[in-house]
Amino acid sequence: MQLPPAVHARLAAGPGAAEPLPVERDPAAGAAPFRFAARLVRFPREHEFFEEGDVQRHLYLQDVLTGVAGVPERPRVPEFTCQMAGCCQVFDTLEDYEHHYHTLHRNVCSFCKRAFPSGHLLDIHILEWHDSLFQVLSERQDMYQCLVEGCTEKFKTSKDRKDHLVRHHLYPGDFRFDKPKKAKGPASPVAAMQVPTEAVGDDGDTMEVCSDHMTPPPEPVGEKRTSRHRIPSTICFGQGASRGFKSTKNKNKHQ
Amino acid sequence: MLSPRQGLLRPVGCGVEELRRRRREREAALRRARREQQLVSKRLLRDDTPEEAEGGSVASILGEAEIQQFLWLAQRGTEEKEREGALVSLRRGLQHPETQQTFIRLEGSMRTLVGLLTSNHALLQLEAARCLHELSHSEQSEVAEACLPATSYLLTYLAGHSSDLIELCLYTLGNLIVESEAGRRQLLPQGIVPALASCIQSPHLPVLEALGYALSQLLQAKEAPKKIIPSVSACSSVLASSIPQHMLRLLQPGPKLNPGVAVEFAWCLHYIICSQVNNALLITHGAVSTLGLLLLYLAGSVQSPEDAGLELLVCPVLRCLSNLLTEEAVEAEGGQVQLRDERVVVSVFILLQFLLQKHPSLLPEGLWLLNNLTANSPSICTSLLSLDLIKPLLQLLPVSNVVSVLVLTVLCNVAEKGPAYCWHLWPGPLLSSLLDTLALSDTDVVGQSLELLQLLFLYRPEAAQAFLQQSGLQALKRHEEEAQLQDRVLALQQTALHR
Repeated sequence: MQLPPAVHARLAAGPGAAEPLPVERDPAAGAAPFRFAARLVRFPREHEFFEEGDVQRHLYLQDVLTGVAGVPERPRVPEFTCQMAGCCQVFDTLEDYEHHYHTLHRNVCSFCKRAFPSGHLLDIHILEWHDSLFQVLSERQDMYQCLVEGCTEKFKTSKDRKDHLVRHHLYPGDFRFDKPKKAKGPASPVAAMQVPTEAVGDDGDTMEVCSDHMTPPPEPVGEKRTSRHRIPSTICFGQGASRGFKSTKNKNKHQ
Repeated sequence: MLSPRQGLLRPVGCGVEELRRRRREREAALRRARREQQLVSKRLLRDDTPEEAEGGSVASILGEAEIQQFLWLAQRGTEEKEREGALVSLRRGLQHPETQQTFIRLEGSMRTLVGLLTSNHALLQLEAARCLHELSHSEQSEVAEACLPATSYLLTYLAGHSSDLIELCLYTLGNLIVESEAGRRQLLPQGIVPALASCIQSPHLPVLEALGYALSQLLQAKEAPKKIIPSVSACSSVLASSIPQHMLRLLQPGPKLNPGVAVEFAWCLHYIICSQVNNALLITHGAVSTLGLLLLYLAGSVQSPEDAGLELLVCPVLRCLSNLLTEEAVEAEGGQVQLRDERVVVSVFILLQFLLQKHPSLLPEGLWLLNNLTANSPSICTSLLSLDLIKPLLQLLPVSNVVSVLVLTVLCNVAEKGPAYCWHLWPGPLLSSLLDTLALSDTDVVGQSLELLQLLFLYRPEAAQAFLQQSGLQALKRHEEEAQLQDRVLALQQTALHR
């Protein structure tokens, strides 16, 4: 298909429309037995006209194997430690550090040091757990907001909110980021481990909850240690600025 | 993305012929699937680091005991590297369908995985997310559906800040969305649309591309026109959210346009537009303006080999513009004026030339746009004539019957505007092209040729004379017996003889 050379120049030049030639239709045009009429054509979603392009689109989706986060190879850097107080996690790629930081240090409650997945959940937590005015107001009006972004419902109690999350938003009944506030006081670390989700009440311990669901393998594990001994096992496992109470628990666990 | 970062998954020892054969098979399978409206394709995000690739060549299938051991180690291991290593081994094993099946049948396995996903250990979290992603990509429905308990967490993490995790969650969600209506029926009330709407403001390109993919899967769903696109409820409406404005922002041409991201959102826009829910709204957000500028930009770029990434934008952009042109709202927003710009029709021709070389099966899409541009626009028809574009258009006639009919329709659009237009159509190559098309047997092609001839004879009587001199009557005679053509053939014969 040969395009006149002026065409490419026209594209590069500025905007401009042609002065239309005069239109003058004869009623005989398109009259029976002829039937032509200039018309706009519209195709709906499932029309077979789109078959070809759709197939090509899907071949592309199937063919593309994307590397994570856009770089073919993560550049390794000399090892460095997270600078947050109390955190001793070590990294050798910037991306790992970035993920660590955002997961554990970014949305941290300054009152109780718990880490949250998002600013939204952190805000709700601070309001509900650390704001005394909230407690006062919640006696008079519905203050517990729905956790789902975009939903503006508010509830009288955290239980009502949970019911709403389960019924209306189809959230799991044991959604780990909706722990009801528990009275403070030393909980027995050993006992806490055997008890299911609700009693633990601490986002940092969500992993331990599953202990009663997984049966340990038949053979003892740990014959082969491939680890570096850089980080003594008694100090944090990247749980961020953890409370002293938690470290004790871990020490007990790994006897 | 388009130059896939890890390259194509190439089975060892596969010759070029074998690859072509497999591609043809996949194409055939996709065509069948589309005809049954079951087009499901998933995207896989896989990152085999060099160590992994060197260390243990091919990942082996894992048995129940091994899976249990890895999960237990991940949960209870004493050294973090040990725990991460266990999950990595699990993840590699999960590349196998057999391992996937064993995994989902193992009691408590998904629960443990979700526990690891929501743990406070960042790298374990990421590995757990990768395991989930492998499962989501499975072709076996029960495997993918086993991931559904994790969706509320995947959505929660979209509001976080770790772009690695967000990207993974998005591709996983995209796979689950396309997998089944059950998945979507869960994800919509869980708030996937608002979650995507806040995520779309991310500055990270890989996140945006992943989001575009997930959104395109959501919009492609059968129930999308009724339940996902319109404003049914605040929680699940794409059009009511800020998503359309952001999509158009990400489609703005210029140095910041990222091909991988733009392709996904161009398809999203196509699915919304062809659902015909509320295109007027899109037009008020400037869709015609953005797409028009993008069209010019694409025409400029397909000529240079460096910009190969933008090729995949051509098809969805052509579709979006063509469909939008049928909306009345276009006139109100000055869209018609913008599209009369000669550079638009020039761009279409440059893209037609490109399609002819690279993707001839997509020519109809470009010609569809040309039809919608020329149907009601004397200005654009005049441009076609003054820029000397009739001849290149005629060069497309031999490509296929579908293409021929469309080319002839566009020519009819020009001719029907009257004598001033037909004056430019003859003398010229048009008449002999028409005599060639009359020699064909396809009734649609011949029928459209007859329509064009009628217009030409009506507005340019001299052309009828020339037609006779070039044995036009013999050409017509061939079709005298054809039921669909007879009346028009007779009428033309009479017109030609009596002029």
